[in-house]
Amino acid sequence: MGNTPETPGFTTAERDFSQVDKRRLVAALSRVLPATSLLHEAEDLPPYECDGMSTLRQVPLVVVLPETEVQVVAILKICAAQKVPVVARGAGTGLSGGAMPHRFGVVLSLARLKKILKIDAHARRAVVQPGVRNLAISEAAAPYGLYYAPDPSSQIACTIGGNVAENSGGVHCLKYGLTIHNLLKVRGVTIAGEIVEFGSLALDAPGYDLLPLITGSEGMLAVVTEVTVRLTPKPQLARCVLAAFDDVVKAGDAVARIIAAGIIPAGLEMMDQAATVAVEAFVHAGYPLDAQAILLCESDGTPEEVAEEIGRVRALLEDSGAIEIRVSGDEAERLRFWAGRKAAFPAAGRISPDYYCMDGTIPRKRLGEMLQAIQAMEKKYAMRCINVFHAGDGNLHPLILFDANKPGDQDTAEAFGAEILELSVALGGTITGEHGVGIEKINQMCSQFSTPEIVAFHRVKAAFDPEGLLNPGKAIPTLNRCAEYGRERMGHTQPQAHPDLPRF
Amino acid sequence: MNDLIHAWSERIRAASADGRSLHIRGGGSKDFYGRPAVGDLLDTRMCSGIVNYEPSELVVTARAGTPLAELEATLAARGQMLAFEPPHFALGSTVGGCVAAGLAGPRRAAVGGVRDFVLGARMIDGRGELLHFGGEVMKNVAGYDVSRVLAGSLGTLGLIVEVSLKVLPRPVAEVTLRFAMDEAAALHQLNVWGGQPLPVSASAWHGGVLTLRLSGAAAAVDAASARLGGEQIPPEAADNFWRGLRDHTDSFFQVDAPMWRLSVPGDALAASLPGEQLVEWGGAQRWLCSVAPAKEVRARTEALGGHATLFRHGERSGAVFHPLPAALMALQRNLKRAFDPAGILNPGRMYEGL
Repeated sequence: MGNTPETPGFTTAERDFSQVDKRRLVAALSRVLPATSLLHEAEDLPPYECDGMSTLRQVPLVVVLPETEVQVVAILKICAAQKVPVVARGAGTGLSGGAMPHRFGVVLSLARLKKILKIDAHARRAVVQPGVRNLAISEAAAPYGLYYAPDPSSQIACTIGGNVAENSGGVHCLKYGLTIHNLLKVRGVTIAGEIVEFGSLALDAPGYDLLPLITGSEGMLAVVTEVTVRLTPKPQLARCVLAAFDDVVKAGDAVARIIAAGIIPAGLEMMDQAATVAVEAFVHAGYPLDAQAILLCESDGTPEEVAEEIGRVRALLEDSGAIEIRVSGDEAERLRFWAGRKAAFPAAGRISPDYYCMDGTIPRKRLGEMLQAIQAMEKKYAMRCINVFHAGDGNLHPLILFDANKPGDQDTAEAFGAEILELSVALGGTITGEHGVGIEKINQMCSQFSTPEIVAFHRVKAAFDPEGLLNPGKAIPTLNRCAEYGRERMGHTQPQAHPDLPRF
Repeated sequence: MNDLIHAWSERIRAASADGRSLHIRGGGSKDFYGRPAVGDLLDTRMCSGIVNYEPSELVVTARAGTPLAELEATLAARGQMLAFEPPHFALGSTVGGCVAAGLAGPRRAAVGGVRDFVLGARMIDGRGELLHFGGEVMKNVAGYDVSRVLAGSLGTLGLIVEVSLKVLPRPVAEVTLRFAMDEAAALHQLNVWGGQPLPVSASAWHGGVLTLRLSGAAAAVDAASARLGGEQIPPEAADNFWRGLRDHTDSFFQVDAPMWRLSVPGDALAASLPGEQLVEWGGAQRWLCSVAPAKEVRARTEALGGHATLFRHGERSGAVFHPLPAALMALQRNLKRAFDPAGILNPGRMYEGL
């Protein structure tokens, strides 16, 4: 056996779908879907033209809203036969444009697959359809003392199918893990219309473990039709410590000291002064406004365990130079501490006409360095940036404030953002911790990965979807695009859809 | 080290061109596992050493040939551990072998498996390309999560050169309790406890005795052990017991008969297959020493919602791992081809044709 060349049809270049025949497509789809599940008139399509990243818009040819897996299979078989791009969509709260439609494609909304099929309290698992909202799972499990641990801040709206597509995080993932750590099984349909189950109800599955490949694959490998999640016993108690610092570097060091002391807090978040001031005016959480940075550190467990951990955390914070420390006295106060952090996004929207949200992750020890670099960039670009961080896991959400109506402002914000992302990679981190690449960060993929790595990603894609029909153009850049990167600057954006929804 | 990596790349490139299989191997502690290895030996132990370790980052990066014992000792000196408690099975097991085999020990059900702790990897694919996936940070969704797929791939997708693993603090307190209980009662009880916020970190049932380990903050372990009762085992005996399970030095495993590993939903009923059985992972892993026909073992395990692996001994040239549905097998073949088009890396170690 010699060295096998690429599989037939393999390409790392952009594919041309301009030959798609809308009339033929609609005719075929209308044979497998009721009229209420098929939108193709111009006036019905605009609600689907973007996701949470609303500055990039594209009207699709067709939107389908299947109600059963059988219909999903039929839709995918038609799209495969007619070589039509398919963009899967959950609640449309994604921040990186992963669900932005394709000009010649179908948007496959999973919003009507929204049944909770089973809550098995004894086995601590829930079987749900992809359109079920993240929070709805925890609500359904609550009577059994259980919950679904990953809690992206958009959890009141975002769906579990979207969480699987993005491998979503949240504010508690340092201790409880990301979406991938809380999944047992994902059932999906390939572009060929084959039903495949990734993972199993056991703790592992035979063969290659494809669950981590599907999770976070941004709708590029298969369409999710059913998700089995692990449910976690609710801790008896949670308490939160709020600490104020007169220096961001000291706050960053405090984070490292807590972790180094062997403590894995349930949540560990940081906000800089600008962010604190912005959210305080919005939600009145009672944050100290004179601090350069505040930390929120949550402990959960048995009352004895929480008391022990809070004691240790308090001592470490004092030792690290905290100028003020508050411990939540009751659940209402704990939720108030968190309210501000979770409202950072809408708060930014209140103080600035536009903002550009970053999502890099860096090693924790570089937090102080990154913050200082961002301060210098604020001067360099003459633009404000407020910073909220999942400090425990090094995931940063700097929000660059700008006014798109001011000439040049958007370009400046983009340059500012690009510098932060590139610094994230240079500091040993990544361009995206939890929001995904989508279309938004597709150029920066070229700075994080080498050409052979990008080609390997295209090969993985082709292993599942040889014709490149699932979400084409997203997540993995073409080699041409990487070659052009530097000359070309994509429009950086800020989410405007769902402006009131808490984020991150 | 770059010279070595370059030499390996060249060697894989040449092997690929010639269609000559390579048998990638670390310490050989898991030679018994999977289907028989074929091809020219590529020994990873030359590529050894911890590349980066900062306890406050909860990440360690080590080269594939680093002895697992060395890595664990380094972590222990800073009060940390590989939380998935990987089996060593024998002296000399390596970090690369640990990830490639994807096997986890007693703490698996409580904290996650090997793949849950893989953050990144450098590997050489079947074309001889050095590729880096993931990284050293906890949250990273740039690109497909290939590094986690390497866990359990038995070296068939690439030569692992270096891995980054998330590490965790060692628990402050640990207590092991024992209860007399039949299998059905133990399975039920483990699931009931699993639904409560208890610091259970390991469990094992065998021969009418349920052994339970609690780990965590002293206050939590004390409160739970007072509540659960049972007979407390002295710490040293307890450590030996869990290590015996982890490394299969426990007398249960000292047999020549086929040893099956049944991976089933934790709430599955008793397997009720002929032979001796030991239950771990809150019911989700069941070791079965049995001469029952493979067909019978697989059919029963499947009926319980799980899959069966002929873990040790028995006829190893046939199907060792559980057969896959056709559509899933096709995806696995495609993935193998994507990384190793000539099919030269540990071919057939997992399944025929992979």
